[in-house]
Amino acid sequence: MTLSGQPSAVSSQQGTLTPQLQAVLIRKLTALADDEIILAHRGGEWTGHAPILEEDIALANIAQDELGHATLYLDLRRALDGSDADQLAFFRNAGEFTNVRLVELPKGDWAFTMLRQFLFDAYEALWLDAARGSTYAPLAEVAAKAVREERFHLQHTALWVERLALGTEESRRRTQNALDELWPHVAQLFAPVPGEAELVAAGIVPDLGEVRARWEGFVVPHLTGKCGLLLPLTLADAAEGRDVHTEHLAPLLAEMQGVARQHANAEVW
Amino acid sequence: MERSAISRQLSADDVWAALAHVPDPEIPVVSVTDMGMVRDVAVDGRRVTVTFTPTFSGCPALHVIRESIGEAVRALGVPDVEVRSTLTPPWTTDWIQPDARERLRQYGIAPPAPAGDTPLITLDPEPTRCPRCGSLNVRMTASFGPTLCKRLYVCESCKEPFEGFKSV
Repeated sequence: MTLSGQPSAVSSQQGTLTPQLQAVLIRKLTALADDEIILAHRGGEWTGHAPILEEDIALANIAQDELGHATLYLDLRRALDGSDADQLAFFRNAGEFTNVRLVELPKGDWAFTMLRQFLFDAYEALWLDAARGSTYAPLAEVAAKAVREERFHLQHTALWVERLALGTEESRRRTQNALDELWPHVAQLFAPVPGEAELVAAGIVPDLGEVRARWEGFVVPHLTGKCGLLLPLTLADAAEGRDVHTEHLAPLLAEMQGVARQHANAEVW
Repeated sequence: MERSAISRQLSADDVWAALAHVPDPEIPVVSVTDMGMVRDVAVDGRRVTVTFTPTFSGCPALHVIRESIGEAVRALGVPDVEVRSTLTPPWTTDWIQPDARERLRQYGIAPPAPAGDTPLITLDPEPTRCPRCGSLNVRMTASFGPTLCKRLYVCESCKEPFEGFKSV
C-alpha cells in the first residue's frame, strides 16, 4: 500500500519553529508514524486468517486507519523537510525505524492481537486527545482528525478483551498470558524521544507523563476490574531507545518492503 | 482569443453544480457535495481552486475523489484546477445533507446519528434505526464493514441485515 500520493493536507506553520525544535519534531513525527506502520502490518497479517470473516474485515479496517494516521504524520514531516513517505516506509532498515517494540512483536494468537491493539488504541486515543491542544497548528489539526477515528478501534478492542477475559477458561488463560507478555513493553509508549522535553515546553506535543496517568486510569480498571485479569507486578521501564529493536522487526520489514525494493522504480504497485 | 464564452462566465455556483454530480466512489447514491467533503470553491479568472476535506484519513477512495473533482472542473472548460486539502475543521457526518441521508436510507444504509461533540472514550455505539422498517431493535453484527465508514447490523424486527454509517 502506498502512503504518499496525496498533496499535503497541512497548513504551513513550520516557519515559526527554531531549527532545534524542528529537528526534534521531525524525530517525534517519525516515531509516531513508525508505530502506526508497524502495527498496521501486524494487523494486516490476519487478513485471510482471522477467526471469523467479520474480524478479518475489522482488522483490515483498523490497519487501514493506522496507515491513514501514519500518512498524516508523514505529511507533517514532509512539510518540514520535504521527505517522501514511501521512501521512509519502504526503504529504511530495521535500525532506522523508531517504532516501540510493543508493536513489532509477532502477531501471536487472537488474545495477544486484541490486547496489544487495545493497549495501543487507548494510548493513541489519549495522546491524540491531548495533542488537539498543540500550539503547532498543523499537529493540532491532525490530532483533531485522527482522534475521531481512533474511538472506533477502542470500542472494538476493549469489548474483545472483555469477551476473551470473561469467556472460557481457555480464552481467559490466553488473555492473561498475553497481558503477562505485553505488559513489560508498554512503558516504552511513554518514553520520550531525545529532546522531546523541549517540544513539551513549547506546547507542541503533550507531556507523556500526563498521558500515561490518564492511560492507566482507563486501562487498569478495564483490565482488572471489568475483565478480572491480574496485572503483572512489574512495569519495566523503557531503558533502551526507539532505535533498539527485537529480532522480529527485520523479518517483518523484509516482507513489508519486498515489493517496493524489488520494483523500486515502479509507479504503481 | 483564447477566452471562451464558458470561462468568461464561469461562477463558483457553476463549479458547485458540477461537483454535485461527482459521486462518492464507494457510495454512488451520494455526491461529494452531499457528503460535505467540498468546503470551498474559488474562481479566479481561468483558475479554479477547490478545497476538499477527507472523510476517513485512511479511506482508499480519497485519491479517486480528488481526481474526479479535478476532472469535473476541467470538463467545464477550466484549464487550471487545483484541488486542495484541509483538515480544519475535521469532517463530521453531521455535514451530510438531509436529502442525502434519505437517499442513503433508501439505498439500505442507515444514516449516521448526530455526532455532535462525542466524548472521546465512549464504548457504546450510537443508536441506529433499521433503514428498511425503521425499528430501533437492531443488533450490531460487526463494528467494521466493507468500508471504513460503515458498520454491519441485523434488524431484529424485520430480520434484514443492513449497513449503518458510523457517526463521526
